[in-house]
Amino acid sequence: MKKVTGLSNPVAHPQWRSGAVLKTYSVLLFFLTLKAVGNSAMAWGMKQVPERMSINPALYLRAMLNPFVAIGVVALMLALLTRMALFSLADLSFVLPVTAVGYVIAVFLGKVFLHETVTRQRWLGALLIFAGAVLVGTTSRNTTLAERPR
Amino acid sequence: MRWVLVAAMVIATVLGDLLQSHEMKRAGEQSVSMHGFARLLHTIARRRLLILGVSCNVVSFFAFMALVQTEPLSFAVPASSSSFVLETLLAKFVLHERLGARRIAGALAVLGGVVLVGG
Repeated sequence: MKKVTGLSNPVAHPQWRSGAVLKTYSVLLFFLTLKAVGNSAMAWGMKQVPERMSINPALYLRAMLNPFVAIGVVALMLALLTRMALFSLADLSFVLPVTAVGYVIAVFLGKVFLHETVTRQRWLGALLIFAGAVLVGTTSRNTTLAERPR
Repeated sequence: MRWVLVAAMVIATVLGDLLQSHEMKRAGEQSVSMHGFARLLHTIARRRLLILGVSCNVVSFFAFMALVQTEPLSFAVPASSSSFVLETLLAKFVLHERLGARRIAGALAVLGGVVLVGG
């Protein structure tokens, strides 16, 4: 199966199967959902854990007994595996910019679900990060150019 | 303290990404079905560098747990994007890659964004 190298249309690249594109976007949506659920559950749960984390790994394992932290760990681990699968389906120059929207989603979730104070400066920062990640991610790389369909 | 945790998280993430990207390119296409995940776990178990990469992810994960315990999520997640800045510095000074204006502008935008988010 061909890798998805960007948002190019299949007409220009008839050898791409539309199924591959659909699969890539489904995996992407699954990844973003897992990240959103995992981050929120983790942040909510960790604030309930009374002991302050330090260099001792046992503290982290004990913190995972909190059900929200546990949900966060499972969701974020699945997100990690999903991201690895995404790398096998699409190029880094596609994955980096499209997953960067996660930074803005996290700020939104912090404000809406965790009732965090989000200043205008923080919103601006998150948007600047998103723009920067898109710029970095869409930089052409020699290693991926070699794999593009001709 | 918040920036120490951000640094630990970012350094571990970049190392983990480097190792994973290198190994997964050699492992071939993976899927997200139950069978796919099982095969992915099997692949991880067989490749030592991939295990090291995943260990880096564990360190990064613990640093993230410690960070969200004391800091808001709306700071912790955007701050983790500093990895783009570190990756760009590594590309320039370790891999001696020639960076385009776009890449430099992107990394500077991320850096500016992280400063704004943390301010």
